[in-house]
Amino acid sequence: MANDNREVLLSVKHLEVSFYNNKKRFRAVKDANFEIYKGETFALVGESGSGKTTIARSIIRLNPTSDGEILYKGKKINGPISKEDQKDLVRNVQMIFQDPAASLNERATIDYCVSEGLYNFNLYKDEAEREAKVDRALQSVGLLPEHKSRYPHEFSGGQRQRVGIARAMVMEPEFIIADEPISALDVSIRAQVLNLMNKFKEERGLTYMFIAHDLSVVRYFSDRIAVIHKGRIVEIAPTDILFRFPLHPYTHSLLQAVPIPDPRVEKSKELVIYDESKRDLSGEKPKLREIRPGHFVFANDREMAEYEVKLKDMEQNPVQ
Amino acid sequence: MEDNKNNIILSAKDVVVKFKVRERTLTAIRRVSFDFPEGKVVAIVGESGSGKSVFTKTFTGMLDINGRIDSGEILFEGQDLAKFKTEKEWLTIRGKKIATVFQDPMTSLNPVRTIGYQIAEVIIKHQGKSKEEAKKEAISLMERVGIYDAERRYDEYPFQYSGGMRQRIVIAIALACHPKILICDEPTTALDVTIQAQIIHLIKDLSKEYGFTTIYITHDLGVVANVADIVAVMYGGQIIEYGNVEEIFYNPKHPYTWGLLSSLPQLGEKGHELFAIRGTPPSLFEEIKGDAFAPRSDYAMKIDFEEEPPFFKVSDTHFAKTWLLDPRAPKVDPPETIQNLHEKMVAITAKGGIYGER
Repeated sequence: MANDNREVLLSVKHLEVSFYNNKKRFRAVKDANFEIYKGETFALVGESGSGKTTIARSIIRLNPTSDGEILYKGKKINGPISKEDQKDLVRNVQMIFQDPAASLNERATIDYCVSEGLYNFNLYKDEAEREAKVDRALQSVGLLPEHKSRYPHEFSGGQRQRVGIARAMVMEPEFIIADEPISALDVSIRAQVLNLMNKFKEERGLTYMFIAHDLSVVRYFSDRIAVIHKGRIVEIAPTDILFRFPLHPYTHSLLQAVPIPDPRVEKSKELVIYDESKRDLSGEKPKLREIRPGHFVFANDREMAEYEVKLKDMEQNPVQ
Repeated sequence: MEDNKNNIILSAKDVVVKFKVRERTLTAIRRVSFDFPEGKVVAIVGESGSGKSVFTKTFTGMLDINGRIDSGEILFEGQDLAKFKTEKEWLTIRGKKIATVFQDPMTSLNPVRTIGYQIAEVIIKHQGKSKEEAKKEAISLMERVGIYDAERRYDEYPFQYSGGMRQRIVIAIALACHPKILICDEPTTALDVTIQAQIIHLIKDLSKEYGFTTIYITHDLGVVANVADIVAVMYGGQIIEYGNVEEIFYNPKHPYTWGLLSSLPQLGEKGHELFAIRGTPPSLFEEIKGDAFAPRSDYAMKIDFEEEPPFFKVSDTHFAKTWLLDPRAPKVDPPETIQNLHEKMVAITAKGGIYGER
């Protein structure tokens, strides 16, 4: 894929985020490098504790970074920045959270929840315009204007998540970070929310960063995937490439662990456990390298050579 | 599976469970009957609020304080558990004969007691063994559920264990009394996929080794495909379809089962809308008339809104509660999306069931 001529919206360079516990340093994100192009859905996949949410939170400045830089439309947005830039960022980058119950103020009406951003940024001329904006946002997520006077607890999980989406959409953002937006929802509701997010992407040319642990959803939903393990991005590739030619053993184990809803397939499956300590980690320090255009893998020279052989073999014999 | 006539280990008959919520009554389980065959893994699938957890909680007397079994029988070892009143009666069953593994291992373990103490306690109490014997058995159980260096980790506390390891301990505690039935209530939902695969594998192995019957509650159809011999699908407080796992996946009959399978993200094609069941589940505060799924179903007929369907027989092991199976109903094929499910799933998995394109 020729990525060069696409517009880079967000770029993360050598990002490092550390947490301290009594001077004991814990590096939650280590040397993360990736770019998100305008109009795409970029997925960050990994297990709990792998650092995926930490990356997201450092993009919206909720976690201070300890090294590296984050550029949004070419402008540095981590570390100290001007008030103006901060304001711009908060307006244009919105986040949808995992737990719709915890992310809405339970003492505020839906009207207020959705309007809060508009109030803070004075994004309306008069009361009538604000109301129109809120109504439009609610309707676009399939809720009714008469829901405005209700409180979050009066809604089901799926509806609450729609409110969460509505309050992000009302800001007319360019970039949305969705942190496991459907994990807390029921199976039949998940599809509704995913379709909704896709609709907005098409209608408004939004860019998404989609954080998930469920690869089956990611495969359907995203254009490119980054796999993260213990704070380290181990592989980045376009979705179809990652599923066809997974190289890093951790990516492999993730793909292998996804239960397939098919009893015959599932019952004949073997269990492979990824154990980093059993890997041959000799050779010089690995880093994220591009093995094919757009396909990156975390490797050193020796591993790179191995992956090259493996990849050639897979490319020549697509059906295993 | 259908070869030998299975012994029924537990049989629920017309169970009705009601909850008092403030001034109102909620009917969580609406006349559910089900026979659990001995030694099998029965998966109960459903969304939150479908009643899957509540149903199995009646087997161990663990309904919340505002809930009660309104009517029906739960037959187990010649006793009707639905008639149990006192905690003393329940203690002869709960943990001892029917044990439960819950979703969140941190809340099932006592944070201020060592792991070893919590396992040994159960062995001492239920098997009447001495402290030394109990410790020995606890360590061997820990090893059996995959804790390395069990002897050293015996004296550690729950917070020193990872989520997956804690869930292994909960399983070890459940096994300490050699239960006849192990209820697994979403045991892997809080865990990562790679850990989930290991825990499921462990439960399956242990069920063979210890010979217990497993009731596995989940909403994840992938997990169902892996663990289940028999699947029961619940919706709106009722079982609406049940059968052998292959019958449910490859020849489902109820429109709700069709909807669940159709909305699988694995079947979604990029750039196309994912199938979504419209609407939301019914409120259990109100009386449900007819087929509970009718308002959300694309296949609802007039009668679905008027009269509750009975179970229609599909095969000796497969039954579905939908009017579509009535001989008078028009013939309806399941949606295109889920026809030839196996071929479609094979197409998206590489050799050995690894998720990926061929």
